[in-house]
Amino acid sequence: MSKILIRGAKVLGGEPQDVLIDGGTIAEVGSGLSAEGAEVVEAEGKVLLPGLVDLHTHLREPGREDSETVLTGTRAAASGGYTTVFAMANTFPVADTAGVVEQVWRLGKEHGYCDVQPIGAVTVGLEGRKLAELGAMHESAAGVTVFSDDGKCVHDAVIMRRALEYVKAFGGVVAQHAQEPRLTEGAEMNEGIVSAELGLGGWPAVAEESIIARDVLLADHVGSRVHICHLSTAGSVEIVRWAKSRGIAVTAEVTPHHLLLTDELVRTYNPVYKVNPPLRTERDVMALREALADGTIDIVATDHAPHPHEDKDCEWAAAAMGMVGLETALSVVQETMVDTGLLDWAGVADRMSVKPAQIGQATGHGRPVSAGEPANLTLVDTAYRGLVEPAGFASRSRNTPYEGRELPGRVTHTWLRGKATLVDGKLT
Amino acid sequence: MDSHDTHSDARPVLEGPDIARVLTRIAHEIVERAKGADDVVLLGIPTRGVFLARRIADKLEQITERKVPCGSLDITMYRDDLRMHPPRALARTEIPGDGLDGKLVVLVDDVLFSGRTIRAALDALNDIGRPRAVQLAVLVDRGHRELPIRADYVGKNLPTSLRETVKVQLAEEDGRDTVLLGAKPTSQ
Amino acid sequence: MQRHLISAADLTRDDAVLILDTAEEMARVADRPIKKLPTLRGRTIVNLFFEDSTRTRISFEAAEKRLSADVINFTAKGSSVSKGESLKDTAQTLEAMGVDAVVIRHGASGAPYRLANSGWIDAVVVNAGDGTHQHPTQALLDAFTMRRRLIGPDAGLGQDLEGKRITLVGDVLHSRVARSNVDLLHTLGAEVTLVAPPTLLPVGIETWPCEVSYDLDSTLTKSDAVMMLRVQRERMNAAFFPTEREYSRRYGLDGDRMARMPEHAIVMHPGPMVRGMEITAEVADSDRCTVVEQVANGVSIRMAVLYLLLGGNEPAVTHPRTEEK
Repeated sequence: MSKILIRGAKVLGGEPQDVLIDGGTIAEVGSGLSAEGAEVVEAEGKVLLPGLVDLHTHLREPGREDSETVLTGTRAAASGGYTTVFAMANTFPVADTAGVVEQVWRLGKEHGYCDVQPIGAVTVGLEGRKLAELGAMHESAAGVTVFSDDGKCVHDAVIMRRALEYVKAFGGVVAQHAQEPRLTEGAEMNEGIVSAELGLGGWPAVAEESIIARDVLLADHVGSRVHICHLSTAGSVEIVRWAKSRGIAVTAEVTPHHLLLTDELVRTYNPVYKVNPPLRTERDVMALREALADGTIDIVATDHAPHPHEDKDCEWAAAAMGMVGLETALSVVQETMVDTGLLDWAGVADRMSVKPAQIGQATGHGRPVSAGEPANLTLVDTAYRGLVEPAGFASRSRNTPYEGRELPGRVTHTWLRGKATLVDGKLT
Repeated sequence: MDSHDTHSDARPVLEGPDIARVLTRIAHEIVERAKGADDVVLLGIPTRGVFLARRIADKLEQITERKVPCGSLDITMYRDDLRMHPPRALARTEIPGDGLDGKLVVLVDDVLFSGRTIRAALDALNDIGRPRAVQLAVLVDRGHRELPIRADYVGKNLPTSLRETVKVQLAEEDGRDTVLLGAKPTSQ
Repeated sequence: MQRHLISAADLTRDDAVLILDTAEEMARVADRPIKKLPTLRGRTIVNLFFEDSTRTRISFEAAEKRLSADVINFTAKGSSVSKGESLKDTAQTLEAMGVDAVVIRHGASGAPYRLANSGWIDAVVVNAGDGTHQHPTQALLDAFTMRRRLIGPDAGLGQDLEGKRITLVGDVLHSRVARSNVDLLHTLGAEVTLVAPPTLLPVGIETWPCEVSYDLDSTLTKSDAVMMLRVQRERMNAAFFPTEREYSRRYGLDGDRMARMPEHAIVMHPGPMVRGMEITAEVADSDRCTVVEQVANGVSIRMAVLYLLLGGNEPAVTHPRTEEK
């Protein structure tokens, strides 16, 4: 691998600097570095971040290759500036054995666009009844450390308690999809003024909040740590804030779409806005932004959930839940957090790379941009503004809620251990 | 023929007294031709045909000293140009108590022009009953028929060109009785 | 009027009054020996029913046939839909057959809205009831029934329901009839009160343009019309209320309660009634109960809606056009 000189990039949004990559590592960071023998990337005005890490991606392989594969999903990730994605377990078959997680992990390695860290299911078949072989998945080549039944909630309090306890043995973490199942039977959207008017089944905030409250108390009780997936309500923020103030080991994520969109959009009955957890209210959006800024919410995770066109080109009730997000995440975060003054680029690096890498124990990712570190880097043209055009997505699916919306920022380059996966906005 | 200001140059061809006189004449003609008007039913075509029918009915009553049944027949749903405009608000169809079967129905309208309105009225009548005969009375016949239809009683034959407009105003609706002949607005 | 009829909330006061006035003329056609008008000759209307609803389908069908439209009935049972065909494909298949309007009944809230707004088809869409969302022609026929009874068929022409006090009782949560009625009655100037146990009222109802009460007896005496909504027995099992007996004691309309209503006040029900649950036989069969009238009025209202949407080259304009000759 040859040398690459990134010239004049604003590292973490700071003063312009040159960054020299040699092989898989960052050789030097400074001013006026020699370009000799190096390919030069002019980065004037652009922001250089550590490669982004997504703790919550659905790659759909095995089982739903019509919506996404490890290849197309990791290409989408590279397009969005990601160098690591954590692949959720709700595939067919479910990633609840060492065999399945190793398959996903190996596919990621072969394609080489982005590191793929499989997430293991907490319970067999995501059914919430019997613990999956968490230890075997951890010991497999995939080295699973994050476990989640995402898509379904580990709703049985005893099973959740056991899982939290069990993963302590090897430093794992359970990522909970907080959704009380009985309170969300027939739920189709946030329960409130809009659901009442539209006659769509209500999804009360309390269905999320009650599980989070229970789980932080459980984590405290058994001395484990718990990660909360896609927090979506102001009430959830309050509970996590309270738990953190008590020293409970809880971390939480928010999705880009919950930072930007509200349930008012459901008035169109367009299923691109159908997602789990549902889009909430303006008040919730503001609370989530504030919580991400003050660190109550630790990270942004995309919950990238590809679905084939026909699963969204239908009536609301029949539509699948979820949105693609890898290729628009950074733009939405810039729009909602940076351009609003809530977070600087160093903060973005923390929430989208450093912290998720820590929570998921993704070695070599989320590291400082300094000499000797692995060259996992993302270069962003923050001055760019443009319309979201799903036709240009690398993802196999197009179910974005942002089609035609103008958003800022564009990832121009991504390097995975010094190898460019994205150059001038084009996948290599 | 919607508003007065588009016909600023319109000139009256019939005034109030003329209208009263021709309606009286039509009433007499009806009595004469119907041999006493025993079985006559007047049906006005909304909007102004209804007022004219009532006036003729009043005159028939004066002449025959009997009440003459008088109603209205809305032809909107039978028009042949429905798809050329947004749907119109419907007007009332009011068939007098004894119905139309075996009666001599006299349709009354303000202006006879293309004849399409009367064609629609004949269709509408067909769905309501089976009169002994149907006759037509109009205040003004301005010519330019597009169908083989003619009036039995005409208040005034008014030769016009297609570039002209004929506007009937009646006290019940417009505050005064007059028939105006004007030029079509050139903006069309 | 808009091009489609999806929600009662889309109607302006003038739109609604125009529909009621038109229905009044349509009602008179029912008294004629030949109950047919040539108005929609050559128009094809499909009744696309994904949910069983014989009475609504028959009502639309009667309206369509009286206006001389060609009618295609499509029910989901035993059709391609039960073989997994999507709404979009079904609709496009029908449109390929030259359909001018789709009257759709669907179990999913918003299905008619999607059909009208997704670019799948060009036909006019009339919502015949979607999920727990809307049932606009039901609200219109209810308003029509109220206007005829409380004001009068002729005296009501051109009138709205200003100041009339209407009470809706029952399962508001699962009721598209309640939603449509609240929207339309509010537009027409009526004062609406919803009465139900708190479990059968949706979260978020506080923004609706109506009053909410948990107590039937206190609102009865102040009502010009009381509409009883159907309460499905299944709801009992989902803990919305303890027993049928308790429900009917607290929220059912019986002879005693009816006697406390003002003398002129009417009892309405969208049907089908669950006798013994929300309404006793004594009330259902009394001459203050308009259930049968509502059915007849349904045909007139649906004729009016179809005429105003399909009778011209575009939907009716609210202000009547002046005569053209």
